[in-house]
Amino acid sequence: MRNLPALTAILCSGAFLLTSCQPSKPSVKIGINAELTGEMPAVGASCRQAAELFAEQVNKGGGLAVGAAKLPIQLSVVDNSCKADQSAAAAQRLISQDGVLVMVGPDASSCAIPAGEIAEALGCLMISPWSTNPKTTVDSTTGKTKKNVFRACFTDRFESPVLAAFATKKLNAKTAAVLYDVSSEAPTSQSALFKEAFEKAGGKVVAMETYTTGDRDFSAQLTKIRETAPDIIYLPAPYNDTPLIASQARQLGIKAPFLGSDAWSSPDIIKLDAGKNLEGSYFCNHYSTETPNPKAKQFIADYRARYGNDPDDVAALTYDAMTLAANRIAAAGKTDRAAVRDAMASTRSFDGVTGHFVYPEGAREPAKSAVIMQIKDGGFHWVSTVEP
Amino acid sequence: MKYLAQQAINALQLGSIYALIALGYSMVYGVLTMINFAHGDVFMLGAFFCLLLIAIVPVPFWLALIVVMGATALLGTLIERFAYRPLRNAPRVSAIITALGCGLVIQNTTLGISPYARPMPHLLDNTTFQLGGLTITTLQMIIIGVSVALMVALDFLIRKTSFGMAMRAISSDRATVPLLGIPANRVIAVTFALGAALGGAAGLLYGMAYPVVSAAMGISVGWKAFVAAVIGGIGNMRGAVLGAFLLGGVEVMTVAVLPSTYRDLISYSLLLLILVFKPHGLLGKPTLQKA
Repeated sequence: MRNLPALTAILCSGAFLLTSCQPSKPSVKIGINAELTGEMPAVGASCRQAAELFAEQVNKGGGLAVGAAKLPIQLSVVDNSCKADQSAAAAQRLISQDGVLVMVGPDASSCAIPAGEIAEALGCLMISPWSTNPKTTVDSTTGKTKKNVFRACFTDRFESPVLAAFATKKLNAKTAAVLYDVSSEAPTSQSALFKEAFEKAGGKVVAMETYTTGDRDFSAQLTKIRETAPDIIYLPAPYNDTPLIASQARQLGIKAPFLGSDAWSSPDIIKLDAGKNLEGSYFCNHYSTETPNPKAKQFIADYRARYGNDPDDVAALTYDAMTLAANRIAAAGKTDRAAVRDAMASTRSFDGVTGHFVYPEGAREPAKSAVIMQIKDGGFHWVSTVEP
Repeated sequence: MKYLAQQAINALQLGSIYALIALGYSMVYGVLTMINFAHGDVFMLGAFFCLLLIAIVPVPFWLALIVVMGATALLGTLIERFAYRPLRNAPRVSAIITALGCGLVIQNTTLGISPYARPMPHLLDNTTFQLGGLTITTLQMIIIGVSVALMVALDFLIRKTSFGMAMRAISSDRATVPLLGIPANRVIAVTFALGAALGGAAGLLYGMAYPVVSAAMGISVGWKAFVAAVIGGIGNMRGAVLGAFLLGGVEVMTVAVLPSTYRDLISYSLLLLILVFKPHGLLGKPTLQKA
């Protein structure tokens, strides 16, 4: 099954060689750099599915209008294994070998940061749908904003204060404990920014505990947290670590509610939480499937019809990133990397599935709303929307 | 004090699981002086076999444990028969590479079949007990109890039975043993089966304690158990258990009293220090390397 595309590709290229120099049909090539395997395969799957859905829709409608021609979108999907080195390699391959015009992805910040360095060096527009770490769009050597790297989501500088405000105002939390993966980029920046915002709002962070990627036993850290008796526990952990942490915390008798980041947003978190330990927990997200936005409603219906499940925020943001990329290629009017990049840089606003985007002058990330969601009765439920 | 006692319970749980896996590394090293790097993946399969079993028939915990141990034992024997036996007289590097390869094959096959992490269903009613301010769950007691029972049984097997004697004989001189009429191949196969069964049991218990099961779960736990076996003196069964509890204890206690960011740094530095002073591990004996 999995080999089918590869096999077809081999056969096609064989046929291509036989028929000799027939020029390949012109198309718009978009690269997808996704976490298909590794730590968070659900993220990669959502990213790929949304991108494929978008490409199918455009191609069914005759293709993308670029200048006078209507060109089909051709996707090049590469797995980055959710690893920093492999996402850089995937970016290299997409840009220099596959010759893509725009790269969408990676999603995880640990991958988006190194891939962004490659995109910047090779001068290819990259739009990360889901990477919230501020570092993604900043050049690591000069500290200046990267020219070619944009994103379709808000950053941790917005998300963490939103959560801190929710904790202090709505949950009346005075003290908080944080447990995060110190070897992963997004949780590290989210934790530091949450602590800053929570303490600015008058609360006190009584424990900052860490673990490393791949850890399964958190009992020592949680026992330590239990000693400090916090009002809430902030867990900016991915959807597949969170249920483990929650179950161990409840077994130790910790009753404080959990608060999570947008990394919780995959519905897999509920499937993995067999003990229902996350019931009643809150997290910050990019959008809600309960949104009244007609664009989102259409997308959710299409996605459900195509894949049989609800699109999570990675899917929604990828769809927005794809729409942005396609619009900018159309606006540039030619399949030229620099022109597409300039068209992206001059974008000021955009209406997407995940809400209204405003890109301030020179900014690489949109100012857009966040939502607070609650896990209740085996599903995600909208609690409130926070405007920037 | 209560805090440290609670951390000690955490350490015992972690140490028990490390010990079950470390025994598998140590047993195989004992008979073949070879490191079975596929062992961490056999451990991972223990958890997956349990998932598969429960998906087919909902069985009670004890039955699941027996079936999983049987399945991993069979797998261990197959690996030995088809991957390691043909290379038994090949250079040792080839055997190690084969072991690494076997591990990767198992891991990636699992990844191909199940790329997503899966929840482990509840096999037991997990009650939390409060004992003088300490929290202990049924699951913790079962994990520690089952591990200790399996370790005692293995110790008995190795020290008191004729099979154990044969195993120890192969360990001390593999070339002479077949001349004395001992079926060396069979003893080695059974050793692999036993080691894999313990690894499978550890996988099942680990899956119950940390109920999210994924194809990559064997990597870090496998390495840690291997380190534990080396610290204890690889090839020595009691050493493997000692090393495992020591590693579990140091890991948990480092976090208990110091910032958790330093956990791996401090615990592994301490373990390195042990190797500096006891290069053969705590209970390992220096042996002459045969040319």
